Amino acid sequence: MATKGFFTDATVCIGCKACEVACKEWNGVPADGFEWTGRSYDNTGGLGHSTWRHVTFVEKERDGLPAWEFSSDVCKHCEHAGCLEACPTGAIVRTEFGGVFVQPDICNGCGYCVVACPFGVVDRRPEDGRAFKCTFCYDRQKAGLEPACAKACPTASIQFGDLDELRERAAARVTELAERGVTDASVYDPRHTSVGGTHAIFLVRGDVRAFNLPLNPQVPTVLLARGWRSAALTAILMVVSVWLAL
Amino acid sequence: MENRSDPLKPPVWTWEIPVYFFVGGAAGAAAVIAGVGAATGAEPGVVADARWIAAVGAAVSPVLLISDLGRPERFLNMLRVFKWQSPMSVGAWTLAAFSAAIFGAISLRLLWPDATVLALAADAAAGLTGAVLATYTGVLIGATAIPVWSRHIATLPLHFGASALGVAVSLLELLGHRAPALNRLGLGAAAIETVLLIQIEWARDAVNRPLLTGSSGALVRAGAWLTGPLPLALRLIPGLRLAAAVSMTTGSLVTRFGWIAAGRRSATMPAAQES
Repeated sequence: MATKGFFTDATVCIGCKACEVACKEWNGVPADGFEWTGRSYDNTGGLGHSTWRHVTFVEKERDGLPAWEFSSDVCKHCEHAGCLEACPTGAIVRTEFGGVFVQPDICNGCGYCVVACPFGVVDRRPEDGRAFKCTFCYDRQKAGLEPACAKACPTASIQFGDLDELRERAAARVTELAERGVTDASVYDPRHTSVGGTHAIFLVRGDVRAFNLPLNPQVPTVLLARGWRSAALTAILMVVSVWLAL
Repeated sequence: MENRSDPLKPPVWTWEIPVYFFVGGAAGAAAVIAGVGAATGAEPGVVADARWIAAVGAAVSPVLLISDLGRPERFLNMLRVFKWQSPMSVGAWTLAAFSAAIFGAISLRLLWPDATVLALAADAAAGLTGAVLATYTGVLIGATAIPVWSRHIATLPLHFGASALGVAVSLLELLGHRAPALNRLGLGAAAIETVLLIQIEWARDAVNRPLLTGSSGALVRAGAWLTGPLPLALRLIPGLRLAAAVSMTTGSLVTRFGWIAAGRRSATMPAAQES
């Protein structure tokens, strides 16, 4: 079975937030507050334990005129996922569809995944105690359905399918836009970093950071060698110095 | 470009975690002192008390960690798998092994005094796992996406380890021991902490701002001074060992809180992300 993915084409997103609603409804995600963020109609603020699809509203200026862009952010389901590597209980696993899934019956809420995610996605839900994030609608995919957000999106901004095909579609869309005079669009898929690419790719215009997409996300496991080396040297130093002193 | 939310999620941990870093670290270092001391025939009083400090730490640490969990009743899931790539998994198993070893070492000496080889083996196991316990927490917070923590991945294990040894030595002195060896070890720990303090003060870029400014900076700096230059000076003056011990112990606890607070601030600082 080919690995699945999301392709979110921000250039056709209309900021309707059907994705946010559908996700919450299907997954029974609790309400997590209504904020007047001052960022257009962004009331959810960002991804979190109870917001698994978040529409970013970007107000910018282009050629002297105001421009208004929207993109639906989601868990990146990284190829090398920080949360998965960090999880000490083995609750976070890779599913057969390629997504990163937190098993809610195993998670004991240690919170280590929260600080391991370079995208700031997964978080611990205070009332519940466990960590939550986009499930990639694992239950729907098992039944042969597409995720709720992709199903609800009225403009097909959120596309679901085989990751390889989505990558081709994204590249083709960049070309198509360039031919129409839109030259600042790019595909966000950080395959050049230790994350190794994501199963949720995005097509956005302008600076990707405006859409909460970091330029250089790294999976924290790349730091382990240096860290353990330092710990080992310190431990040896400790034992040797105690032995010499006593 | 202010159209985005906080780029990272701050740590969700509460006070139990920095206190555990302090308690577990000191317990691990104390077990190193007990293990090496038992093997080399050091002053029996020091060795016995070091063993007790390690045991108390081993008893308190799981309580702290379990109570911080979102679902404490599921704490055994920590031992469901062993993952090399997760410092928290390594730590959970190390703590379990450490507790078994130190309680074994104490029980054997109380209940089966003739089993000297077995007791020494338990001491050695406690010492080895204790050395890991005293240093792995630096790897734990260093190997994360939090910029101020990951920036210091190479020195955090050294900082936590030196601090832990300093506290173990200080606690032994506060319990009444005056062996010159303890003062030497305390000096060494304070010297390392002083070097690390200089390194922090020297680092003036955006990522390191939580270590130097705000309430997190105040805690980190206060902790660094109390574990570094102050005990270093006090230990060089005859008669002020106990003051050095109090300073080191206080500072070690304060610095743990400082680093967690720095991580919390680092996660929500937009300027530090673009590297």
